[in-house]
Amino acid sequence: MSYLLRGVAPLGGERTDLLLDDGRIAATGRQARVAGATVVDADGLVALPGLVDLHTHLREPGREDAETVASGTLAAAVGGYTAVHAMANTSPVADTAGVVEQVWRLGRDAGWADVFPIGAVSVGLAGQQLAELGAMAHSAARVRVFSDDGQCVHDPVLMRRALEYVKAFDGVIAQHAQEPRLTRGAQMHEGVVSAEIGLTGWPAVAEEAIVARDVLLAQHVGSRLHVLHVSTAGSVDLIRWAKSRGISVTAEATPHHLMLTDELARSYDPLFKVNPPLRTAEDVEALRAGLADGTIDVVGTDHAPHSREDKDCEWAAGAFGMLGLETALGVVSTLMVDTGRMSWADVARVMSVAPARIGRVDDGPFPQGRPLVVGEPANVVLVDPAARWTVDPSALSSLSKNTPYGGRELTGRVVATFLRGHPTVLDSRPATPVGGGAAR
Amino acid sequence: MRHLLSAADLDRTGAIELLDIAARMAATQEREIKKLPTLRGRTVVNLFFEDSTRTRISFETAAKRLSADVINFSAKGSSVSKGESLKDTALTLQAMGADAVVVRHQASGAPHRLAHSGWLSSAIINAGDGTHQHPTQALLDAFTMRRHLAGSTDNPDGVGRDLAGLQVAIVGDVLHSRVARSNVQLLHTLGARVTLVAPPTLVPVGVESWTCDTSYHLDDVIAGQRPDAIMMLRVQRERMGGDGGGTAGATGFFPSPLEYTREFGLDARRLAMLPEHAIIMHPGPMNRGLEISADAADSPRAVIVEQVANGVAVRMAVLYLLLAGEREAWA
Repeated sequence: MSYLLRGVAPLGGERTDLLLDDGRIAATGRQARVAGATVVDADGLVALPGLVDLHTHLREPGREDAETVASGTLAAAVGGYTAVHAMANTSPVADTAGVVEQVWRLGRDAGWADVFPIGAVSVGLAGQQLAELGAMAHSAARVRVFSDDGQCVHDPVLMRRALEYVKAFDGVIAQHAQEPRLTRGAQMHEGVVSAEIGLTGWPAVAEEAIVARDVLLAQHVGSRLHVLHVSTAGSVDLIRWAKSRGISVTAEATPHHLMLTDELARSYDPLFKVNPPLRTAEDVEALRAGLADGTIDVVGTDHAPHSREDKDCEWAAGAFGMLGLETALGVVSTLMVDTGRMSWADVARVMSVAPARIGRVDDGPFPQGRPLVVGEPANVVLVDPAARWTVDPSALSSLSKNTPYGGRELTGRVVATFLRGHPTVLDSRPATPVGGGAAR
Repeated sequence: MRHLLSAADLDRTGAIELLDIAARMAATQEREIKKLPTLRGRTVVNLFFEDSTRTRISFETAAKRLSADVINFSAKGSSVSKGESLKDTALTLQAMGADAVVVRHQASGAPHRLAHSGWLSSAIINAGDGTHQHPTQALLDAFTMRRHLAGSTDNPDGVGRDLAGLQVAIVGDVLHSRVARSNVQLLHTLGARVTLVAPPTLVPVGVESWTCDTSYHLDDVIAGQRPDAIMMLRVQRERMGGDGGGTAGATGFFPSPLEYTREFGLDARRLAMLPEHAIIMHPGPMNRGLEISADAADSPRAVIVEQVANGVAVRMAVLYLLLAGEREAWA
């Protein structure tokens, strides 16, 4: 099947036509003609390389009531993603070649987006002993990103060993920076709001202390470090400093830390409970500035589905985490593009090219995050930059509905997503998975 | 006022009105027949997720003196410990037709959730939530202060008056205290000047936004501020050893009970430093010999037992305001 995207603006630039044929970008401009191609009227739409998430919780195996690989990758496709990295904190934990291969196969069978499993750093995320990182790296899942996300690799020796060990296969340690002793029982950002509403505080220093330690460790052993969900202004400064020293560190901001603040905790609604917690307006501004100036390399969703009973309760009993896949592009469009702080080319960089490069999925048999030029795989998302749309939790494709954006108006609507030339999303609605969804 | 969730729900006029009604309620409690017909046929549920015999009995007494039907629902073991969820408990109470639900919960914000979740339509009264608020405690404290410090011979309860110009010192574990949070707000609303006194480890980060002053030195505050009322907060034993997390690496909030008492306890020496008219308060239960000496607790200036009695009058006033709507039927 061939698709002719007529009048599309790649990266928001000059309008042209793109021909997607046989899984690749076959031609552009006047050459983009082939008999029998389905014409997509893409006039006014922006084309970006398919989005790549470095931080998705698909919950399978273990919590299929909250999300499955199939439902999570469907949500990803609707959000404009052609690839997601699946976090390791499943049950059982993705700390063996067997589990990562299972998740990888479930992704391939589902056919909505490429699934790249992330391997656990430590056995059972327990922070005691290295998991078999080599076995995961050499498995069919070809793991390159390792993380105990949800838990911090807080033991400095274990962190050092992990950073060193993954050099053998060009891996990266993605750190959830949270000093555990400083955050015991923590419920929200520690500051003016926590003092007033009486929730145990999660101080910024608990993140920054680990970021500072880890960039120095990465420098010492010459390894790649990726800092997940940076949430504080101080962390942005530390990462900016580390990059200026030539340390090989990359950093992620989530859409919710870019948009929302700790003031929302005043509602005591666990929809706004997330780890690391929502911070202050000053932190939010520092993240936006860091994203715009390149200190923050990627936007990662930290898509964290939770069942209703885990959110329909008092704050302290509620689970940490919020959905992100279906709203991330809208949030970035609203906050960064509409305000003139970033171009669509910048969006492609932080949501596709850089995440693919960090995850080392930008080459190999199914590369992601590639430029929109002839010969490259046809992983393309079409975005209507002018569309204004209101987030309706009940309309989300995710099995869970714990979005913090319900009722908010966003711009930048995903119109279509192509995974290697196959439309997984058309007219902003799910189309069909690649291969018809072999598994389910 | 539909619910009472926080001391911040009350403005100056509303707080004075509530205290005035409490004064009238207190007067009825001097009578031989203490029971009023005001809330006959109404149902008040005491929903206690956390043990607090004192607060529960106070609310129960208040409701019964107003002729309400009282149901005590002890729900220890909430969703946190995998029992029935807060939501299901709320739906149950809604089905039973509770007119008011008095909630004590270990989670900050649980009463707020009950009031705003749509799970039930009853009036919600916060009887203490986590480390957030305990508004009726602040009201009974304000009531007690007004009676002792703003009353006069012809107006012994200080009816119609606020607490303007009074100096109040609140001493102890502010970090974990819902009583302190409620009192800072309500006493400020009523015009008093509050100074919190605590070791720095027991003062929350972010306290600078509160409507009060903060000091780490009790002697300086007693000598400098000349407090009209001094409120000693309970210091919980579990704050001294570990960090409340229960495991190794003991990191208490202060080095030892003895050091705490030396620095922040109301002992005989500090008792003697207080102004002649100053009253001594404590929300109870007391740790005698730790935050308060027997000398202070048993001194004639201590109003601690009276606080308990005033608690009933204040809670009657709250129930009356939330449930009786029209104002005439009670006297």
